[in-house]
Amino acid sequence: MPGAEERVLRRRIGSVQNTKKITRAMELIAATRVVKAQQRARAAKPYAQKITQVIEDLSAAGASVKHPLLEQVENPTEVAIVLITSDRGLCGAYNAGVIKAAERELDAARNEGAGYKLVLVGSKGRDYFNFRNFDIHADFEGISDTPTYEDARKVAEVVTDLFENTPVDRVQLIYTEFISVGSQKPTVRRFLPLQSMQSVGESGDAKAVADVEFEPSPEGVLSSLLPRYVEARLFSALLESAASEHANRQRAMKAATDNAEELIIKLTRKMNQVRQDAITTEIMEIIGGAEAMAAGADDDNDPTQAELERIA
Amino acid sequence: MTMTVELVSPEEIAYEGVAKTIIARTVGGGDIAFQEGHVPFIGTLAVWEVKLYDEAGQTTTFAVHRGFVEVAGSHVIILSDMAERSDEIDIDRARAAKASAESAVAANDEDEEAVTKLQRARVRLHVSGAEPLV
Repeated sequence: MPGAEERVLRRRIGSVQNTKKITRAMELIAATRVVKAQQRARAAKPYAQKITQVIEDLSAAGASVKHPLLEQVENPTEVAIVLITSDRGLCGAYNAGVIKAAERELDAARNEGAGYKLVLVGSKGRDYFNFRNFDIHADFEGISDTPTYEDARKVAEVVTDLFENTPVDRVQLIYTEFISVGSQKPTVRRFLPLQSMQSVGESGDAKAVADVEFEPSPEGVLSSLLPRYVEARLFSALLESAASEHANRQRAMKAATDNAEELIIKLTRKMNQVRQDAITTEIMEIIGGAEAMAAGADDDNDPTQAELERIA
Repeated sequence: MTMTVELVSPEEIAYEGVAKTIIARTVGGGDIAFQEGHVPFIGTLAVWEVKLYDEAGQTTTFAVHRGFVEVAGSHVIILSDMAERSDEIDIDRARAAKASAESAVAANDEDEEAVTKLQRARVRLHVSGAEPLV
């Protein structure tokens, strides 16, 4: 019959084993999803590249680069921060990394004497800032896992509206860059005003200016192109974040599974030791009992007993 | 005398290939055809169809929902929020979308989103050959 301590250990091993099963399953799920997310991120690249190319061609062809989305302001009165976090936990330091970066941006804005507007994607970021009584302008839930272009459009609409119709003069985008399965890093990007284009427009590569036809007009094309560009950039940030989230979850769950395995080994050793101790004690007790009985049955053969009698 | 064509949507490359003639419709500009030697061109696309004719005269039709077309040399790039090939369109879904958009427009004809939706559904049905566009 196992002793009390052994029973406790046995139960703990059982529960760690169950946890291990769960973390293992989550690890495998995350592993397949990271591949899918990576493929989606890759599939979205051509569009972003092409749209950038068209814009470059457009400004090279001499379209005047005057658009609300391109307006630069030196000292912003308000800064909008777009933060992409996950909806679910158990993904290691994924959310902590971007949230920390967001707090740094908030501090920076405060030091410049600027106000802030928060646009949060993912419930983790929302919960964090909600709990700390920050003023949240908008939050989106349920899109960070597998973002669609439609989702990106919704977020872009809110952000563009903030930039064009409120005192917000700058938008910072904070997301997790997916470098490889083994490496992702929280990244802060200037989202609006669109910067890259400004420089393209100013440098004014004049070689192609000559004879590009526009329909309806260079400005008309630009003004419908820029919002698309904003959406495409946001979309690729969402996709990269999703891939990063899954990669982080896979790593965290692998670590948890490994830990569980180690814990099981340790606990099993402890349990075996305890069981052996219990058996040894039991054997000692039996031997002791048997000896005592043998001594009672045969007094004469017992040298100690004889000795004692002799002395007495 | 062919042109290379790329049809790219935000989520994927919908089509990559060669064509002799490409016909698209631009916003406010009507239909426009491109063949090799066309001047460089950048335009915004309407919610309409894009037709590709290959050298044998075969056509491939796509429904595009806004976007851009850029022609540079013998290369055509079509960027669109959505690009669906005629045989990939789910006719039942398009019919349902059309019905719901129609009722939304009937309720409020200034609802821009519904109007675009209706146009999309119509173009989808037209491209798939289920219902001609009136």
